[in-house]
Amino acid sequence: MANYKMHLLVCGGTGCKASQSGPIRRNFQTQLEEMGLEQDVQVIHTGCFGFCEQGPIVKIQPDNTFYVSVSPGDTKEIIEEHLIKGRKVERLLYTDPNTQMPITESKNMDFYKKQVRIALRNCGFINPENVEEYIANEGYAALGKCLEELTPEQAIQTIMDSGLRGRGGGGFPTGLKWDITRKVENNQKYVVCNADEGDPGAFMDRSILEGDPHTVIEAMAICGYCIGADKGLVYIRAEYPLAIERLKTALKQAREYGLLGKNILGSEFSFDIEIRYGAGAFVCGEETALIHSMEGKRGEPTFKPPFPSQEGYLGKPTNVNNVETFANIPPIINKGAAWFSSIGTEKSKGTKVFALAGKINNVGLIEVPMGTTLREVIYDIGGGIKNGKEFKSVQTGGPSGGCLTKDFLDTPIDYDNLLAAGSMMGSGGMIVMDEDDCMVSIAKFYLEFTLDESCGKCTPCRIGNKRLHEILDKITEGKGTAEDLTKLRMLSHVIKDTSLCGLGQTSPNPVLSTLDNFMNEYEAHVNDSHCPAGQCKALLQYQIDDEKCTGCTLCFRICPVGAISGEKRSPHYIDQSLCIKCGACFEKCKFNAIKIA
Amino acid sequence: MINLTIDKKPLVVKKGTTILEAASSIGIDIPTLCHMNLHDMNIENNPGGCRVCVVEVKGRRNLAPACCTEVAEGMEISSHSIRAINARRTVVELILSDHPADCLVCAKSGNCDLQDLAHHLGIREIHYQGEQSHYREDTSPAIIREMDKCILCRRCETMCNQVQTVGVLSTINRGFHCVVSPAFEMNLDHSSCTYCGQCVAVCPTGALTEVDETGAVIRALSDPTKTVIVQTAPAVRAALGEEFGMEAGTLVTGKMAAALRRLGFDYVFDTDFAADLTIMEEGTELLGRLNKYLAGDQEVKLPILTSCCPAWVKFFEHQFPDLKDIPSTARSPQQMFGAIAKTYFADKMKVKREDLVVVSIMPCVAKKYESSRDEFAVNGNPDVDHALTTRELAQLINLANIDFKALPNEEFDQPMGESTGASVIFGTTGGVIEAAVRTAYEVQTGKTLERLDFEELRGMEGLRKATIDFDGLPINIGIAHGLGNARKLLEEIKAGKSEFHAIEIMSCPGGCIGGGGQPYHHGDVEVLKKRQKAIYAEDKSKTIRKSHENPYIKKLYDEFLGEPLSEKAHHLLHTEYFDRS
Repeated sequence: MANYKMHLLVCGGTGCKASQSGPIRRNFQTQLEEMGLEQDVQVIHTGCFGFCEQGPIVKIQPDNTFYVSVSPGDTKEIIEEHLIKGRKVERLLYTDPNTQMPITESKNMDFYKKQVRIALRNCGFINPENVEEYIANEGYAALGKCLEELTPEQAIQTIMDSGLRGRGGGGFPTGLKWDITRKVENNQKYVVCNADEGDPGAFMDRSILEGDPHTVIEAMAICGYCIGADKGLVYIRAEYPLAIERLKTALKQAREYGLLGKNILGSEFSFDIEIRYGAGAFVCGEETALIHSMEGKRGEPTFKPPFPSQEGYLGKPTNVNNVETFANIPPIINKGAAWFSSIGTEKSKGTKVFALAGKINNVGLIEVPMGTTLREVIYDIGGGIKNGKEFKSVQTGGPSGGCLTKDFLDTPIDYDNLLAAGSMMGSGGMIVMDEDDCMVSIAKFYLEFTLDESCGKCTPCRIGNKRLHEILDKITEGKGTAEDLTKLRMLSHVIKDTSLCGLGQTSPNPVLSTLDNFMNEYEAHVNDSHCPAGQCKALLQYQIDDEKCTGCTLCFRICPVGAISGEKRSPHYIDQSLCIKCGACFEKCKFNAIKIA
Repeated sequence: MINLTIDKKPLVVKKGTTILEAASSIGIDIPTLCHMNLHDMNIENNPGGCRVCVVEVKGRRNLAPACCTEVAEGMEISSHSIRAINARRTVVELILSDHPADCLVCAKSGNCDLQDLAHHLGIREIHYQGEQSHYREDTSPAIIREMDKCILCRRCETMCNQVQTVGVLSTINRGFHCVVSPAFEMNLDHSSCTYCGQCVAVCPTGALTEVDETGAVIRALSDPTKTVIVQTAPAVRAALGEEFGMEAGTLVTGKMAAALRRLGFDYVFDTDFAADLTIMEEGTELLGRLNKYLAGDQEVKLPILTSCCPAWVKFFEHQFPDLKDIPSTARSPQQMFGAIAKTYFADKMKVKREDLVVVSIMPCVAKKYESSRDEFAVNGNPDVDHALTTRELAQLINLANIDFKALPNEEFDQPMGESTGASVIFGTTGGVIEAAVRTAYEVQTGKTLERLDFEELRGMEGLRKATIDFDGLPINIGIAHGLGNARKLLEEIKAGKSEFHAIEIMSCPGGCIGGGGQPYHHGDVEVLKKRQKAIYAEDKSKTIRKSHENPYIKKLYDEFLGEPLSEKAHHLLHTEYFDRS
């Protein structure tokens, strides 16, 4: 960051881009040029800052001012006030929801206070399209250290000692995986980066690739050095265009700087990386399916063993790690295993990135030490539930995870605790639900996702999940029976017990965890034809309050099926046998005369 | 070696053994559905997809599929714990919940692995009912795809892709919408399907079946204006008995002839006769090319490839059209028979071509397609009107209330029922080339062949080669069965690396004895071996064992054709190939 006096960091994550961070950046650039400031101020499109709720975000360095909810029309004011006159634009500063006071620096915001950023360390801080900025922040130092000071065994030992476990969901010890692949003898091995992130609402891998692509490249090269591979492949879903573009730029730069290619940094070690595109099939996140897809075959899992470390891509030993796992590697090599293992819980070391979503005030991307409680994440960092509603449940682990109740809020988050609670870490999706969410519908929603994404190879996943979904559908339609609840549980257990891959083995988790934790809601649907959250349309009844109805006839006129009748200026009436529960009358009534029963 | 227990029985097995194999070794038959292992042919379908074979392994989180889980030291396996039984039954119930319940009228009724399995597991109720998959039916000249009945075991895919390398069938779509289909859900007859029928042969349900022509044959038989004659392929006699509960490998040549006569065929002939004729034509062609080559002709194409297998012909027309001048131009025995029947025989009997109906009984579904090829018809009247499979013949026999086992042995009619030992071995892999060698040797060398059993050409290996000494002239012979093996030989030819003078190719593993139209062997290779043994036994029992010594063949040439490769022979007994790529 040599010649510029100031830097404007404009968030270039997909969320902020969607809310016009592109035009913001262009406005800054053209306006700076018009004012002849382009030599003094540099505009940089960074990766995701994480605080998506408040996007688009613009950060000004060196004074670290953090502007939120910036629009393209605000750029001139920021330049004139902040850059030229040195006065902060108060209206664009973040307001602390508790004190109602403006906060200028992100480190003082509750959202960031409890975060520890290892995997996301560079996201939002460097220009992901400039390798020099990565290098200036200790980039490629770890690779250099490995090549010059460490034998592959020593480097693997460091990863083992750090206690790093796979961040893709399974939690398998990373160092051990590397060690196993290293020990398989073969003259050709591969390093694969799994960037097929597919959990609904999860975007940590995408953000890392968008915000800090070099960390993944560096880590893959280190992995190649450790296991004895000279070729790496990034399997990334094609609907991540920005991540792909930044990764391509980074690969090109890394080659230009001799950080990829033949004899890296003058050593004997050669390594290069290719990109493979996925067509957006969730099951291709499963490593054997991913490998088949890369080979041009149908993306479906095969039985393990053989594990990829034995027979992977093109039948050769292959080490598959997820993006976030790789992002942790360079800091571990640089700072040592002891540093990393000092963070986290006994069996889960380091940090974990979560994508906070749902009915929570601060939607966004966060990274917290393992062992942080769900309460801290949801209330301290996430700012609590939207609109002051009551917390009902948090779903972790994506479609394979479970829905946890408030009884688990003080559970320290780590692999083992989440499993014990009936959910899982997964890749880090965290969706918060409030009192208005119907848990039967939530289970149905997740199952719908698994149904769409099942590869269809094994019977329990292909047909079993379909049947589960049909039963849930029946229940939300008010046609469920007590026997259906028993069937749900029995079938769920068989699906878990017999499915071929992780997708099927975990797909009934949302059903089982809601059955365990929210049985009362299921029973209300089945026994009383009542949806406590008022979400299941079929179980709603719109009624007209005689007292309030003025007989204005508006509802009569808009009802699409003619279910409403009544004389002018006298109370109207809804024929329940005709009503399709579209809610049009409810929305339009000016006198609040229509109630949901 | 690995020590383990299954159902509390201790046993020791080799490392790498699957739970399924280990259990089977001590007499515990764990039910399977998608699993298929044709051991001797290196054909294995082990997707671990149906999950019927799940067993409980002590200490393991979930149930293990026995077919693809290798045993480990100290494993304690229960194949029938309540957890395993419950899971297995639930899995089969799930399959049944997406399967039409029309067993009573299904072509596979009584021969359906799914039906057997449901019975075996005592399933009396399907607890999980719901939407069923529906697909349009796809009818081709030989095979019908009724995908509503598909259970995604994907055995057909293994046959089509790994074994045959035809690459037509694969699973498309996802989840509940998965279906095995040609690309873009095109019809089979628009694809490069060879109609080898190996998919039909391994399909556990009625999803893949042959086109049923029994109705048309019954109509022809009951039409007084028609003369209906029948020919039976060599491999049929070694397998038909299985349809009537007889031991695999029981030869039923005589009973078959008797049954056909009782069905009302006016003449019961033998495709073997035409197989002898094939040897005359193909053998002469082979020697012609060979002698040209020996004389230094650079243009001559060698090796010569056999051409009696219709699926093989369609395979190279699609996949290797640039090699289409290499196979012999000789038509298959079925088509030679049809062409001679509708000319020579029809003239002899003074029957008009259109009043003569030629029915063939074949171990094959591709023969249905072959008989429908345009070049094998005169003014729209096909040389062979109906090609039935062995299974369809059994169905006709049942329909006619014939007690097959009680039938006497009867002879074929003449003139087209006489055959030699050489022709009967057409039914097994290696047989056509052995028959050709018996004739070619004598024609080439002018000497009498002392040893007729060429053991070096026999066997079940997918690819075999042997050098036969033609009185000082070494002739290199290659044999392939299974189209995947054939592909290897074709790639060699294409690369100019083939060392062979002649190659025999059969599409189906085992040759015609393992044809797609034979009684279902449910993946048991022992059945094929028994059929093969029967074929060689029939050969041995014949007094005449060389095609050129068949008296009726000699007569046919004398009276009608002249000599092999004559103009008439060329017109009636040879064909051309098309680029279908």
